[in-house]
Amino acid sequence: MPLRAKVASSVSRTAAALSRAAGRGDGSVIGGWIGLKIDPDLLAHLSAGRAIALVSGTNGKTTTTRLTSAAVGVLGRVATNSFGANMPSGHTSALAKAGSTPYAVLEVDEHYLAQVLEATEPHVVALLNLSRDQLDRAKEVAMMAQLWRAALVRHTDVRVVANADDPLVVWAATPPGDPARGINPPHVTWFSAGQRWHDDSWVCPECGSTIQRSGEQWWCTGCPLRRPEPHWVVEDEGVLDPTGAWHKVSLQLPGKVNLGNAATALAVAAEFGVRPVDAVSRLGIVTSVAGRYAQVDKDGRNIRLLLAKNPASWLEAFDMADEAPTLLSINARDPDGLDTSWLYDVDFAPLRGRQVLITGDRAYDLAVRLDVNDVPFQHVRTFDDALRSVPPGRLEVIANYTAFQDIRAELDRVI
Amino acid sequence: MSSESLRIVWIYPDLLSTYGDRGNALILARRARQRGMPVEVLEVRSDERLPATADIYLVGGGEDGPQALGAQRLLADGGLHRAVAQGSVVFGVCAGYQLLGTSFFAKGVQCRGLELLDLRSDRGESRAVGELAGEIDPRLGLPPLTGFENHGGRTHLGPEVSPLARVTAGVGNDGATEGAWRGKLLGTYSHGPALARNPALADLLLRWATGAHQLPPLDDTWSDRLRNERRSAVAAARA
Repeated sequence: MPLRAKVASSVSRTAAALSRAAGRGDGSVIGGWIGLKIDPDLLAHLSAGRAIALVSGTNGKTTTTRLTSAAVGVLGRVATNSFGANMPSGHTSALAKAGSTPYAVLEVDEHYLAQVLEATEPHVVALLNLSRDQLDRAKEVAMMAQLWRAALVRHTDVRVVANADDPLVVWAATPPGDPARGINPPHVTWFSAGQRWHDDSWVCPECGSTIQRSGEQWWCTGCPLRRPEPHWVVEDEGVLDPTGAWHKVSLQLPGKVNLGNAATALAVAAEFGVRPVDAVSRLGIVTSVAGRYAQVDKDGRNIRLLLAKNPASWLEAFDMADEAPTLLSINARDPDGLDTSWLYDVDFAPLRGRQVLITGDRAYDLAVRLDVNDVPFQHVRTFDDALRSVPPGRLEVIANYTAFQDIRAELDRVI
Repeated sequence: MSSESLRIVWIYPDLLSTYGDRGNALILARRARQRGMPVEVLEVRSDERLPATADIYLVGGGEDGPQALGAQRLLADGGLHRAVAQGSVVFGVCAGYQLLGTSFFAKGVQCRGLELLDLRSDRGESRAVGELAGEIDPRLGLPPLTGFENHGGRTHLGPEVSPLARVTAGVGNDGATEGAWRGKLLGTYSHGPALARNPALADLLLRWATGAHQLPPLDDTWSDRLRNERRSAVAAARA
């Protein structure tokens, strides 16, 4: 590593330690930010010599990154940004902190995928899904697919692991090659993890025609784009690998969506030569991810935290939650997106019959939504009020990003 | 009303439903049912024919590509023009508002609109993102408009339409006026969705569709709290 990079890396580690000691954060961003100021190529320097996997998409990337790190861990030490700090400063900080490791698995914010592909030259990139998320500041969904596709054209040597069930991902993962210039399309391994949310992919990204669906199949009515045959498939409580062998997956994380994340993790690990039979038991050690799915006992209540930050992830959260009293909390601060209109993209009907409490900065938006949805609810001002309003036993908490962090803070920053 | 029940058509949810646009259909239907009106909501996708005999047509927001495609298909279909000629109500939001005009810009290209409203849209220098509020045209007799806007367009009104509102916060059409209406056609940049934030606007559309001069009042406790909370937030941001 060049001297400048060594200095930057060391300063980066020190700043992260200071940030943690000062109680200002978990140090996962600030160290990398300072390091990158000293050496803008620090991320590239820190990546050199490591076999790297990038994980990107709208939903599930933090959890999939954690599961993938566990799976790749069969081979040796893995550096990873496990606190969801998923921009280049977070990657820099994570790699600097880990020191020299043979492997790294990095979660990447979907907007930064092109930049991080460039800097880290990964062996594998996993593309999970693309759906609407904070449109007041994020790029429109179709434009994001276009950016991914353009980035992959420049990195046709990277191995792609992509979701066959998401038309936008399939299109992004299959840019045309250019045989005249000796450029082949990237090698893609397809997984099927199911997709509950379809409302961002009714229109073909290639030709603008309607996309038809029937069961798990989908196809464009105007061009050849269609669902590729997946190599890795979730089946029952396990995963079918490309050889047709089925592996039981016992996770401590709830919901079908996490089985899909497990299938993705096994597929990515396989690109490094990890056999699923060796990796599958390691997936069960992951309990909670930056507070997500964490369970806390307080005042006789068993509180479980579920993060739901956009329509697709709310549908998944309802699937994971038990039939138990449920607290919903909604904020609309910068990290959440300022527009709450998306509440109408979510059907809250699965909550009928449960005791529903609502709170958060934007509880009234949620109140109007639930009213129209015929879901009875009770508005509470604070988390403690919510606790007092439910009987002893399980309390499911479903919250969007900053609302989730607020509640996590009430529970002593549970991880 | 054209038949036994109030027929609401949600136009092209596959293209024009970027941000909670389903909410406008849900709220209209609920407020009609609470007044004892039978309601039918039809979701018409862009590969289907548009029925010309419904009472209310909703056109929602969308990204540039789907907006241009939606306008093309509506022009080719002709159903919405026939419905308007027969006196149906049309409510357009954001991209769906722009495409009711004579022209709009999508992906840097000027596109032909449906020419149902005398207005045209071009690109502003910056994107308008944030709370939108305004005083609604007094002839409509509605409380202030509240919503959330997120668009790159600027809309210029011709003499045949009236602004829906005078802007008190945000940008709307051009920083001065917001939305437009003529007869039973009305468009706005407000998301929220617009009818969740402005139940009186939903009732206006229902009155236009049914010919009723008045509708029985409903319990709007939560909407009122939401409106008050948003009004305070806009005032606080300005202070």
